[in-house]
Amino acid sequence: MAECHPVGFQWVMEAKRRGAKVIHIDPRFTRTSAVADQHVPLRAGSDIAFLGGIVNYILGNEKYFHDYVVAYTNAATILRDDFVDVDDLDGVFSGYDPETGTYDTSSWQYEGVTEPSAAGQREKPGSESQGEGEKSRTERGAAYEVGGHGASLHHAEVERDETLQDPRCVFQVLKKHYARYTPEMVAEVCGVPVEQFQAVCEAVTANSGRERTTAWVYSVGWTHHTVGAQYIRGSAIIQLLLGNMGRPGGGIMALRGHASIQGSTDIPTLFNLLPGYLPMPKVGEHDTLDDYVDTITSKAQKGFWAEARKFTVSLLKSYWGDAATAENDYCFDYLPRLTGDHGTYQTVMKMLDDEVEGYFLLGQNPAVGSAHGKMQRLGMSHLKWLVVRDLNLIESATFWKDGPEIATGELTTTDIATEVFFFPAASHVEKEGSFTQTQRMLQWHRKAIEPPGDCRSELQFFVQLGLKLRERLAGSTEERDRPLLDLTWDYEVDAQGEPSAEAVLREINGRHLRGDKAGQLLGTYLEMADDGSTDGGCWIYTGVFADNVNQADRREPGQDQSWVAPDWGWAWPANRRILYNRASADPDGKPWSERKAYVWWDDEAKKWTGHDVPDFEGTKPPGYRPERGTGGVAGISGDDPFVMQADGKGWLYVPTGLLDGPMPAHYEPSESPVRNAFYRQQANPARQVYPRQDNLQNPSPPEAHSSVFPYVFTTYRLTEHHTAGGMSRWLPYLSELQPEFFCEISPELARERGLEHLGWATIVTARTAIEARVLVTDRMVPLRVGGRVIHQVGLPYHWGVGSNALVTGDSANDLFGVTLDPNVHIQESKVASCDIRPGRRPTGPALLRYVEEYRRRAGSTIETGNTQRTPLENS
Amino acid sequence: MTAPDLRRGKRRRKGGRDGDPVVPDVEFTSYYGRPVVKASPWEADIPAYLFLGGLAAGSSLLAAGADATDRPALRRTGRLGALVGITVSFAALVHDLGRPERFVNMLRVAKPTSPMSVGTWILTAYGPAAGLAGAAELTGLVPARLGFVKRLLGLAGRPAGVAAAAFAPAVASYTAVLLADTATPAWHEAHRELPFLFVGSAAGAAGGFGMLGAPVDQAGPARRLAVAGAALELAAEHRMRESMGLAAETLDAGKAGRLMRASHALTAGGAVVGALLGRRSRIAAGAAGAALVAGSACTRFAIFEAGQASAHDPKYTVVPQRERADRRS
Amino acid sequence: MTDPAGDAGWESPPPRKGFFTDTSVCIGCKACEVACKEWNGVPDDGFNLLGSSYDNTGALGASTWRHVAFIEQPRNFGKQDAGRAGLPVGPPASDALNAAADDALSGDRSALGTDTTKVSLGMPSTELPGAGLDPSTRTDFRWLMSSDVCKHCTHAACLDVCPTGSLFRTEFGTVVVQDDICNGCGYCVPACPFGVIDRRIGDKHAVKNAGIAQKCTLCYDRIGDGLTPACAQACPTESIQFGDVDELRERAAARMATLHEQGVTDARLYGENPDDGVGGAGAMFLLLDEPEVYGLPPDPVVTTRDLPAMWKHAGLAAVTLLAGAVGSFLGRKR
Repeated sequence: MAECHPVGFQWVMEAKRRGAKVIHIDPRFTRTSAVADQHVPLRAGSDIAFLGGIVNYILGNEKYFHDYVVAYTNAATILRDDFVDVDDLDGVFSGYDPETGTYDTSSWQYEGVTEPSAAGQREKPGSESQGEGEKSRTERGAAYEVGGHGASLHHAEVERDETLQDPRCVFQVLKKHYARYTPEMVAEVCGVPVEQFQAVCEAVTANSGRERTTAWVYSVGWTHHTVGAQYIRGSAIIQLLLGNMGRPGGGIMALRGHASIQGSTDIPTLFNLLPGYLPMPKVGEHDTLDDYVDTITSKAQKGFWAEARKFTVSLLKSYWGDAATAENDYCFDYLPRLTGDHGTYQTVMKMLDDEVEGYFLLGQNPAVGSAHGKMQRLGMSHLKWLVVRDLNLIESATFWKDGPEIATGELTTTDIATEVFFFPAASHVEKEGSFTQTQRMLQWHRKAIEPPGDCRSELQFFVQLGLKLRERLAGSTEERDRPLLDLTWDYEVDAQGEPSAEAVLREINGRHLRGDKAGQLLGTYLEMADDGSTDGGCWIYTGVFADNVNQADRREPGQDQSWVAPDWGWAWPANRRILYNRASADPDGKPWSERKAYVWWDDEAKKWTGHDVPDFEGTKPPGYRPERGTGGVAGISGDDPFVMQADGKGWLYVPTGLLDGPMPAHYEPSESPVRNAFYRQQANPARQVYPRQDNLQNPSPPEAHSSVFPYVFTTYRLTEHHTAGGMSRWLPYLSELQPEFFCEISPELARERGLEHLGWATIVTARTAIEARVLVTDRMVPLRVGGRVIHQVGLPYHWGVGSNALVTGDSANDLFGVTLDPNVHIQESKVASCDIRPGRRPTGPALLRYVEEYRRRAGSTIETGNTQRTPLENS
Repeated sequence: MTAPDLRRGKRRRKGGRDGDPVVPDVEFTSYYGRPVVKASPWEADIPAYLFLGGLAAGSSLLAAGADATDRPALRRTGRLGALVGITVSFAALVHDLGRPERFVNMLRVAKPTSPMSVGTWILTAYGPAAGLAGAAELTGLVPARLGFVKRLLGLAGRPAGVAAAAFAPAVASYTAVLLADTATPAWHEAHRELPFLFVGSAAGAAGGFGMLGAPVDQAGPARRLAVAGAALELAAEHRMRESMGLAAETLDAGKAGRLMRASHALTAGGAVVGALLGRRSRIAAGAAGAALVAGSACTRFAIFEAGQASAHDPKYTVVPQRERADRRS
Repeated sequence: MTDPAGDAGWESPPPRKGFFTDTSVCIGCKACEVACKEWNGVPDDGFNLLGSSYDNTGALGASTWRHVAFIEQPRNFGKQDAGRAGLPVGPPASDALNAAADDALSGDRSALGTDTTKVSLGMPSTELPGAGLDPSTRTDFRWLMSSDVCKHCTHAACLDVCPTGSLFRTEFGTVVVQDDICNGCGYCVPACPFGVIDRRIGDKHAVKNAGIAQKCTLCYDRIGDGLTPACAQACPTESIQFGDVDELRERAAARMATLHEQGVTDARLYGENPDDGVGGAGAMFLLLDEPEVYGLPPDPVVTTRDLPAMWKHAGLAAVTLLAGAVGSFLGRKR
């Protein structure tokens, strides 16, 4: 965190000053470790074993927050009797189909949900988990669609055993699942000695309970894996068991890689989401608005997500205004339909197949920043046109003349037909707008200076693009052109032709369209209607412009207000700073402890009150119990804090929504020199693999020749640079601070391979070989894993091969292949196996021969590492 | 360096470089072996200026004496030596500064705490006098129709020579303070003896120049001044090494060491030959004089290089200061 | 308490301003280096990978007015658990790396030491690290970071020796170069006991203030307007604190006491003592090891403290020369 978020890290230092203990779990000793109380070096890609070990410690030593767990989590919920755990199925959960490499998740369901036969399922709408073929769900990354809410259940009530004794209740299943995650296994798999691991367990549990809370902070070191979603689930289980969710000082904080990545998922740049985490409709599944709404939610389930129709209709109204009427389903048909996986890597492969003509790159540098850089660059060379909007002439804009493939002869400039358009972009200080950070807080920033030269804002670019497209189509009678021509596209622009960003924020906030309030801005999403009388571009953002005030622009200094600081910026939803904060009070509505009082029930005033905006119906008493079977908001019991969850509880176990298991199980990275010590199954059996000649993988045990790539490498950022370098490698003040691509290795590895400090090293995988200057450092340590010593190589990924930046170098991401997490299509780019040798890499065509020789020695075929289910070893 | 060796907490490192005589081990820590103090950014101009200034100063003194004791040839040699010396050293100084007006810049203030400022004023007083005295020796070059100029110069010669001689000792000695008043270990630690070493070197150079330029029958004072100067220089250096402590290493290592050894040979040799044969043989006197002049030059360059080396290696800054600090605590 | 501004002739000057740099909370983000260059328009210092941990600017100089040092040590930071116990580690690399840094010293080299000498840690071996009981096995480890800056000494050698008056004492007690008066004589460079100030190299027409002595101004143009210096403003962890020197001195003492209580017994103050060789610094530090480990002089002394003695000896030497000259004319006529 100190490395990549030094400004945010000031609060960690502040907490430390006040006595907080800081533990840093990371393969490398970083700037964070330097000031932490404890650094725990572990093997990259072994985190689920580590987290599972903590879960086992908590359950085995009765360290969980009993009252919280029973009342607020699904620990007591009974599961179906046909669920089978990984231990009994050779490393896969019940429902696995080795043919498709996907799960039928029906056996993961809660008991009491009478499931008709799978055949019957497909006629029956209203069951997200069963409504479609599993393969297509995987392709869509269905799980990603539940970003703002729990997955849908088409029922409200569940069977519970609050004694937690029933062998089929979540608590017992969880306990059994993690029983094998002992400290000894953690040491064996992660390379973390038992004493060190115990120290972490004791610190975390001792600092949790009524009086204390513990927070977990993670970043892409957890997400860029084939089991990334399950990493986060691992810490979610720990936090729920320890009662650290919905309470001050608790929670799980996801550090985002850029200033507004959170914003770009709320109002998404993702192919499978509409604003506010409404799923993108699918061909065949969602022919009408009713089909759509009935599929994404269920009136029968608990919680606010049951109101999804209001959010959808308001979105359609904000898109198509008066053209959207009840008669035409509010133009629901204007929305595109998904036909399959259109994720970024799938798209690049489609480029290689000449199925993609054009590509927009907006502040993105895939030639350097994406996994398998060669595939990215070769893909772009197949495009008819490429638009690059960036601050500088990044490598993705110049690969056609100075990319690595020009040197190897794989590409020839004169043969590349791609027409590249470069649009210089305005930086954040040259335009107004909002950042949404990881706390879901929007902070407005104003324009400090005019953009230089031809630099323009994204907003102006797209408003102009829309206007020009509509000009071209003006007068068209084609039905297919209606969506574009009917769009509300009336943005006023200032003297420089810059549209007002605040006008856009108003549109996002939503308005009353009819009645006496017509024209007024919405105060909260509760005011949204499904009769077309309101609009709103993103329901979770409704309220950001409440009372016609830009709430995100508020700057009340922290010392001039309460410690929760509600008057600084604005956090979705409804300016809540901590989600599910009903959980900060006990079932009776009293704070768990005075020290941790946050939100509570005021029995005199008969309402919820506290330091934050209560994340609960304001006047619903703790004792409220709905009639059995009641769905929707009314179905939320007075002690159901997780109001966006279909059963009102925090999910220790996920019956639906995840595609690769209801509980995290340790699987090795798709490329690993180490055999999975837990199960026969080596890597995530549901991971997305791409067996192609241009995507060869290193062999991993039990496959033969894995010793050809004996080392683990991981990639990361340095404080001095920003991601793929577009914002830092063109600046002298930053480039001089880290001028050259380097690899960090331990003195032990240096001795083993004869690598020299400040000399050159060549790092090789089945994709390519890159060269880096060597930094030998005591910060890197070898680990003893599975009875052998494992060395890790650290590679910052900021540099790229080009001719325009002040500092250039080989790109670490060129080493990776493409293998994805099935839930969210994220590539595994934080860990893989490699070989490292002293000296510079071959240049020109010789580089290809050098890599080919490695592939030959490793016996890499397109099947290598691309077989999801690990075959029986004796077969 | 970063981390001290675990067992001793400090790290051993051998002194001595480029196959120079190895000096005893010292233990000290530094930041990646990087210098603590910065070496002066000065180049050859400055040691050249030190040498020529000394030559000029000594020559002015000889010239004045010769004028008073009716030794026209020695007087002429001295005045011309001073003229050439001061002119070239001025050129060297200005070259180091980059532009002439930068010298004038320094005349806007007089700072006793700045040896360079003080030196500027000394030079400003000495330079014109020495120049005029020197010019008086060149009346022969003045065309006949400018007779009054000839006469003027003739009259100005003696008072100018006396004035130059009056300022000369300061010119010869202040340059020692110029170097010593820095954080450069080899210079600062030598601040007591360096002035004596410099005036000795100046005397040797001027004396040697006199022996070169004047016939043996007039060069007696030059010989005596040269021999005395050489003796003083060598004696001062001997004592200086004790005051310098660890930094004395730098006088024997690398470039400085080579120059110092040359200086010893030339100065001692020149003095001995001059003393024994200088009175009999014009050739011997000339050779001895040349050796003394060269020896003086080597001395100045050696001192300069030793200082630069002592600044480049953190050892000479850290070790004495660490010892001092440890003694206190 | 020392009052440099008053001594310099300022009538009723404001309280002396300075820095307290608490290296125990520095996270090495280098925001101070960047903010300083942004505000003061200081050019880059060249793109050289120095191999000295994450430090690639090397040292303070004409174009680096804030410099963050990175030091990797096989020692513990207070009670920190560096997580090395029980790992298959061998002896530390730092010794070999440091030896190499020294070897790079030999011969003529830039004062900055931008050498990139390769360092071999021995021949390839398949022996398990940590095999055998090497006494120097690196179980202890810490990573020190420290942002260095001009000390703005109470008795400033650079200011004393400046022949033009370009370096002057401000009303805040700080020491500042006036670019338009400096004549580039370079005398201040060897005079500084901390190796801070330097003459900027580069083509006079291409590089701003080339040939002119340059160093930290403690943002004279900012504090004059009641602003915080750029580096302190940018520091996210309050490792760099700006304020009245007297008050900072108390803060520093209190912080050291706290750290000692917490078991960080290495903590020590540097530059805070008004009785030290430079009369105390305007920029003081809390260090976690000996000053020389950070590249700071252990016991700096302002060279001009010995100036009277120097003049005295110079005078004696001058008289000696005069006497010698007179003497050489006495005695034998021929």
